[in-house]
Amino acid sequence: MRPENYEAVNHPPSNEFELFFGPNHPGIEGNYALKVKLNGDQVVSARADGGYLHRGFEKLMEGRLWIQNIALVPRICVPDPVPMEVCYSLAVEELGGITVPERAQWIRVLQLELSRIAAHLFTFGGHAATTGMYSNMYWGVADRDQILDLFEELSGGRVYHIYNIPGGVRRDIPTGYLERVTRTLDYIESRLPDYDNLFFTNQVFVQRARGIGAMSQEQALEWGVTGPNLRATGLAFDVRRDDPYLVYDQLEFDIPIEQAGDAWARTLVRRQELVQSIRIVRQVVERLPHVGGPIRALIPNPLAWNLPAGEVYTRVESSKGELAYYVVSTGGDKPYRVHVRGPSAMHAVQVLENLTAHARLEDIAQIMFSLDACPPEVDR
Amino acid sequence: MADIPYKDKGSLLNPLKALQFFARPPVTEPLEPRPASANYRGFHLNDWEKCIGCGTCQKVCDNAAITMVRIPGLPADPAQGIRDQRPAIDYGRCCWCGLCVDICPTASLALSREYVHTCTDAELDSYFVLPDPNGMHGRYYGHGWSKSADSDLVDLQRQAMGELEPSARGDNFREIVAGYDDQQALLEASRCVQCGMCFDACPTHMHAPEYIRAIWEGRVEDAVRWIYRTNPFAHVCGRVCTHRCEEACSLGHRGEPIAIRWLKRYAMDALPPERVKAIAAEGRVATPSGRRVAIVGSGPAGLTAAFDLAKRGHAVTVFEGLPEPGGMPRYGIPEYRLPYARLDQDIDVIRSVGVDIRCSTWVGTDITLEELRRDFDAVVLALGLQFGRSTRIPNSDHPQVRKAVTLLRQATAGEAFGTPRSAVVIGGGNVAMDIARTLARLQRREYGAARVTVTALEARSHFLADAIEVLEAAEEEIEILDARGPRECVVDGAGNLVGLRSWRVKSIFDAQGRFAPVYDESDERLHEAEMVVEAIGQVADTALLGEALTERLEWRRGRLRVDADGRTSEPWLWAAGDMVNGPDVVHAVADGHRVAAGIHAWLEQRESVQ
Repeated sequence: MRPENYEAVNHPPSNEFELFFGPNHPGIEGNYALKVKLNGDQVVSARADGGYLHRGFEKLMEGRLWIQNIALVPRICVPDPVPMEVCYSLAVEELGGITVPERAQWIRVLQLELSRIAAHLFTFGGHAATTGMYSNMYWGVADRDQILDLFEELSGGRVYHIYNIPGGVRRDIPTGYLERVTRTLDYIESRLPDYDNLFFTNQVFVQRARGIGAMSQEQALEWGVTGPNLRATGLAFDVRRDDPYLVYDQLEFDIPIEQAGDAWARTLVRRQELVQSIRIVRQVVERLPHVGGPIRALIPNPLAWNLPAGEVYTRVESSKGELAYYVVSTGGDKPYRVHVRGPSAMHAVQVLENLTAHARLEDIAQIMFSLDACPPEVDR
Repeated sequence: MADIPYKDKGSLLNPLKALQFFARPPVTEPLEPRPASANYRGFHLNDWEKCIGCGTCQKVCDNAAITMVRIPGLPADPAQGIRDQRPAIDYGRCCWCGLCVDICPTASLALSREYVHTCTDAELDSYFVLPDPNGMHGRYYGHGWSKSADSDLVDLQRQAMGELEPSARGDNFREIVAGYDDQQALLEASRCVQCGMCFDACPTHMHAPEYIRAIWEGRVEDAVRWIYRTNPFAHVCGRVCTHRCEEACSLGHRGEPIAIRWLKRYAMDALPPERVKAIAAEGRVATPSGRRVAIVGSGPAGLTAAFDLAKRGHAVTVFEGLPEPGGMPRYGIPEYRLPYARLDQDIDVIRSVGVDIRCSTWVGTDITLEELRRDFDAVVLALGLQFGRSTRIPNSDHPQVRKAVTLLRQATAGEAFGTPRSAVVIGGGNVAMDIARTLARLQRREYGAARVTVTALEARSHFLADAIEVLEAAEEEIEILDARGPRECVVDGAGNLVGLRSWRVKSIFDAQGRFAPVYDESDERLHEAEMVVEAIGQVADTALLGEALTERLEWRRGRLRVDADGRTSEPWLWAAGDMVNGPDVVHAVADGHRVAAGIHAWLEQRESVQ
């Protein structure tokens, strides 16, 4: 399906023609291609090709020490890197029989939810841009930057935090950090009405998104849909609540759902999750000062760290859906096999192909962005 | 979810509310340069004074962005564990993860708060940078991600070693150090960063990184295999080596070095002797070469040379004057540091590769050197340093003034030498500690109480003895006096020894660095004792050479001169060990290898010429 293999189209006697949609398209974050068969502006069928952003993450991981992979995993989903770090660390910790200190668990939740807020803001910005609302895009990116500032202060990196390592986290929170988190949350909360007015309740957006790319709950389950996309079909499934990890079982939060299962419902679920994430972070800010102890369990010298043979499967709820790591160790200092269950792999391949079939050309971007897929996560 | 005021159809008016932003500042931030956060992971900083060039950063770098670059002119000293190389970063590869900082053993590396670098095509090489303390462009932007206990990946603490309590060891010669158990050895081995400083520092270049890694991975046989590649005195060196490796260990700069010696001991103790013998015999040439080599002296140098030569198919005979083989490790080192059974194991292994050891055979009396020359293709002198030096202070020729090495030899042989009820030892080295602690043990055993005083010339901070020896001696209630110079041995009118009179030392060396002690004669003390023991150094007993040969050979400051292969000026005569290099067991082993390689090469060459 790559250009060099692209066979000249033998046009059938019809009005259909093929359009190469991508690999650079603003409808999605990163390089991603969709080969669309059109009849007029009606999509007859679509084939997804995520290979334009194939960087061989899983194979690369097999050649790197357990700890070295922490610098690699955040790259698998650039807009929402923390779940990658945490999920990989959870897998290594389970293999190595390491118990993460409680304080580190709270700090991890803090980052996970901040990352979700940043990722959703980014998505809203991009999504708004697909309907021409560029002010909203600038807002999304600028407000996300406020969260990135928090990450920079915490981890020393704005996008690739490389902050979670097997055993815990790499730095304790700086003095006064939680106050700055609260201030940023206050600010983002104060911005929500602006977003609602300009985007979420904007008739232009509502009209463009309602009824577009709809799927039923049965379809969603059959296609492996998870996360906000699944919850937009009326099923309240969330790994944080249904298979709790870290300290999520000690936190209060709701799981927003919508029934319509279309682009509009998916966006609204994310909009409501933003509120829930802010709620969670506020609880962490309140709780963290009372959780003492170390921020990481000591791991053996990483240059000589052989993990016991075995296989583990760990999952977390990322902003895109259920993210999981399947890690196999044969007792060596490097993973034998790492498989990443990126939620985007389902959303951007079978779901996207199915939902775009019979849609109209101008809605493709709307469908793509409402699925919030992350291309590097599709083909690892 | 009632918190969103959305309507099904949306609103046409709501977006107009954003018009208020015409009167509000923009949400987007102005693009002004700002300092990075305190933990920022920007370009590297490297403190060249602290950096030892160990290359651990290079090992952990997940992008292979670090290259160690040799910088001629930088200090390089294997003994101190310093290499003249520094890390260079290829910023075309670096991902600024900071693992290099977290694992840096010396904490010389850090990331800075500097994050801007652009260049033209012609300057593309400027992405390959040798970080210094000032950062990428020579303008220090402050430290960002630096070494912190929060993320330090190096374990600085050594596994504690179990030891006999001082009260349990005062009157016996039981081994003090317990040795690591499996778990301790594993944890200790896991700390190693495999920099190889130990390999560089070791006189015989033992493959410590390899055997430590093997222990960590549970491959004890491989560990022993690595050990035997360079050292047949494995049990001995696992217990009493002067462990230069540990002095050079890169972890020692901020924490405790790896217990390399104890790990070697663990590997040796963990394997049954029969397995050790099988491993030691690997690679042995089965066909006899028909060449014969005689070795005089069965200490570490002599037996190491014997082991190597026997493995290469030569017939080796070792002549030892004393009743048991082993040399100084047996007759000099007390059993609480090195049990004879362990030494016997090492020697058994050496014998098992075909070395013939003839004890109680003095060369010079029982058999002459001339006979050896006649019957063997090569002769190696590995005599060691058997004679104690004398202080030559007044009355030092009194019968109750003894030499430490002689007493230690008698103690090992079980000869009664009349244990004194009180003794003064002159000297501050390991031999002084050995004899003091041996005497104290014998005193407690025979009289129930110990009274031993050590008078050392040096100040306590400059003792030649290992710190642990001094500490343990003090624990065993031995009085250790520093900066005391011997003045005379005091003898009463009846000819009985009263004790030692000493002066306080003002300085030991003169301005030119020569040995010229200056005493404060006003600070004089008498240490009463039934015996004074001199432990101020040893010399070789070379009487067996005879006058004519002694005359022909070359000497330098009392030591036999040899060439790079260990050969003397006589083509058939070789020399190795303490008598050439001065006292040190692992040096002797290294020297044994050297002389064996020299002899083997010479025999081969002679063979091919004929």
